[in-house]
Amino acid sequence: MSADGSLDRLKREGRIVVVGASLAGLRAAETLREEGFAGSLTMIGDEPYEPYDRPPLSKQVLLGRATADRTGLPRHRAIDAQWRLGVPATGLDMAARRVRLADGDEVEYDRLLIATGVRARPWPQEDEAELDGVFVLRTRDDADALERSLAQGPRRVLVIGAGFTGSEIASACRERGIAVTVAERADAPLVGALGGVVGEVAAELHRKHGVDLRCGVMVTRLEGDSAGHVRAAHFSDGNTIQADVVVVSLGAQRNTEWLAGSGLGAGPRGIACDAGCRAFDIRGIVTDDIYVAGDVARSPHPLFGYQFLSLEHWGNAVAQAETAAHNMLSDSADRRPHIWVPAFWSSQFGVNIKSVGVPSMGTEILIAQGSRSEHRFTGVYGYQGRVIGAVTFDQTKWLQFYQQLIETTAPFPPAFPTVDRRPEGQQPMPADFPDPSVPTHGPTVTLSGYAPDDRRLTFTPARH
Amino acid sequence: MTEAILRQIIDYAHRANPYPLYAELRKTPVYHDADGPFVISRYYDIQSLLHDPRISSDARNLRAPAGGGPLAAEADEETALPPSFLRLDPPEHDRLRRMTNRPFGPPHTPRRVHEMHGELKDIVSGLIDGIDSPDRIDLVDQFSYPFPVTVICRLLGVPREDEARFHSWADIIAASLDPDPGADADERAKVSHNARTELGMYLAGLIEERRKKPGDDMLSQLSTAGGPDGVMTTMEVLSTAALLLIAGHETTVNLITNGMLTLLRNPDVLERLRKDPNLAVPIVEELLRFEPPVQLVPQRTTVADIEVRGVTIPKGASLWLVLAAGNRDPDRFEDPDRFNPDRGDIQHLGFGSGIHSCFGAPLARLEAQLALSELARRLENPRLLEDPPPYRQNAVLRGPRHLPIACDGIRP
Repeated sequence: MSADGSLDRLKREGRIVVVGASLAGLRAAETLREEGFAGSLTMIGDEPYEPYDRPPLSKQVLLGRATADRTGLPRHRAIDAQWRLGVPATGLDMAARRVRLADGDEVEYDRLLIATGVRARPWPQEDEAELDGVFVLRTRDDADALERSLAQGPRRVLVIGAGFTGSEIASACRERGIAVTVAERADAPLVGALGGVVGEVAAELHRKHGVDLRCGVMVTRLEGDSAGHVRAAHFSDGNTIQADVVVVSLGAQRNTEWLAGSGLGAGPRGIACDAGCRAFDIRGIVTDDIYVAGDVARSPHPLFGYQFLSLEHWGNAVAQAETAAHNMLSDSADRRPHIWVPAFWSSQFGVNIKSVGVPSMGTEILIAQGSRSEHRFTGVYGYQGRVIGAVTFDQTKWLQFYQQLIETTAPFPPAFPTVDRRPEGQQPMPADFPDPSVPTHGPTVTLSGYAPDDRRLTFTPARH
Repeated sequence: MTEAILRQIIDYAHRANPYPLYAELRKTPVYHDADGPFVISRYYDIQSLLHDPRISSDARNLRAPAGGGPLAAEADEETALPPSFLRLDPPEHDRLRRMTNRPFGPPHTPRRVHEMHGELKDIVSGLIDGIDSPDRIDLVDQFSYPFPVTVICRLLGVPREDEARFHSWADIIAASLDPDPGADADERAKVSHNARTELGMYLAGLIEERRKKPGDDMLSQLSTAGGPDGVMTTMEVLSTAALLLIAGHETTVNLITNGMLTLLRNPDVLERLRKDPNLAVPIVEELLRFEPPVQLVPQRTTVADIEVRGVTIPKGASLWLVLAAGNRDPDRFEDPDRFNPDRGDIQHLGFGSGIHSCFGAPLARLEAQLALSELARRLENPRLLEDPPPYRQNAVLRGPRHLPIACDGIRP
């Protein structure tokens, strides 16, 4: 307890506001109550829905196996909050400790948690983005609209971008028997996150399942018919394809615009915070009453050279929310760092893909177990002589071992034999991440420099 | 002192309560003496070794069969059947387990276990109805043995009238997994070999019939169904079926019996379960921690030198992972020697972990949940007649041979 009893007071009768009513916001609220917060709790969300789960939206929902309104997140405990749903936050007054809402209301806080996440990056040409049949996939409403459109049996779907979401959408289309073209600017799907060696396997999966995969091309123009419905797409290689559904899957943008001018260190790369989830202001000074969690947060990770990591990972949102909530109610000596090891999963074309660490930092890869040609393997990424990441295709159960190697900065390549080591796994090879000067939507982890308010730094996967 | 521990654990005299010995064992987290196996007893060490790709389940990777005697690492099946996927590494393990899983669980058959619910309940009811003298019930013979046996036979598609023959083969084969071969090792090996051969021949006959006239049982599906991995060979179906059969016989029996014994020793929990059958779910999980039916995994070997807590375990060494000791590791579980179904954090090792984690876990859970909640509901004022009850010889698959109990009557 703090010497002056202020923490006691905060716990008893304080006001905590959570902006962002999704996974991180909900888990933070639950943790606050779990740790004895008895004051008033306000949950602000721009969508009209209570917190729901997103991973099923690009999988079960698109397959028509679950409806978007059935993905509500399970509640671990009652949180007794005032809900302000369907009302976006529009501004922050740090000095007066107030959050402004779109409806003109202002909400005062003693502690603020920002968990506003990300949104889908829209198609850059606005008039084309507004054509009927052009979708993005991020929210419940997006998934609902896209699923209804798929259920009508389109002749061909075009997916722009073969990152994880784009690949999952393509996979769902094929499973429903819908013809699908995938256009990817890089040389293979998933290269931004996993590199070219693994991207090659992903490309095989697409093609084996009948996807018309076009790599190394950009979509230059979407064309509508007289009724304003999309009907064709033009590619940078001069080709044109007919498609009556287009899904724009070009990654995400962080929801930080509402903080412009607030003095908080928030920008396109997220909101910089310390390892204890406390936000920085634009001067690089840590705040004591504003915390950040989830996709919108960007925090230094000791295990990865104190790089500031932004992670669009489900598990990260949960862990960071719990840490933020704990720290909000703690004295400095009792605070915990958020040192979660990045991990995520995807399911596409019948394959379960999982990764730990930061593969995109890797320069080399070793196929430590299994075989790429069988689409079941474990790839280990190396960076400057240590293990930095790992990915499994249908070999999830080995991943914990490689996570331990990452956590203990084990040498790369691993010096020992394993069960199921194949000839192709005897030597590491270049992991083949794309030239960072070529933009791709791929990476789910972005790495930047050391100063939280320095926006000039850009994403650069480590290379020699 | 430590040398004696392993022998004591194997020694039948300590079968009823090996837990103090496990506590002693945990003081030497990597225990090893002369010719014996390296014995691992701490939770986190076991957990991580179960995920370690330098650990093999394939007996061919053993440097040399351990020196024999009562602590021989392997009471290995000398058998005409090829090794089941339990004793194989990837990729063979993965392929066979995947093919076996097709007719059993998700993604291809997600509802198989769920849909057995009604049938399982009928079997449970039938067995409880059949108890005619409530003043002396042998729970093992009258309930916890016949129940899973009936279930596994139905699942595989083994005719009911052949169950009895199965019992005796399964008994003998399970006994051969006991690390203590006892007085006459040769004789035991011979008996076990014969049982395997007979079981193999019997199953081969059944498979032949199922190929001609397939049903919806697993034996039919394993011998006829195709998939991306193709169809199993007859030998593969044989060893897979034998594995499922033995595992189905010898583990759930102990889970249910240990469960009832534990509940009778904790009457307040039993009473809560009687009032709320849903409590069976956390009770069974806590049982898998507190009294796991598989006490230790003696069938692992190293394919490289590995270091555990500063001790180098050489390549080709035999490893024992003592799941039951890890499950009561105070570094992992608070107050580990207390049976507490209200424990929230309960990632036990009862089903192992990693690629060999128990294949039948979903079925075993459902069987035990149904069995215990129905016993609690229907037996009126049940009590133990003998505590501890007489145990079976086996130190690996540990459980009471008989569980004499009494009650005032059977509720409808």
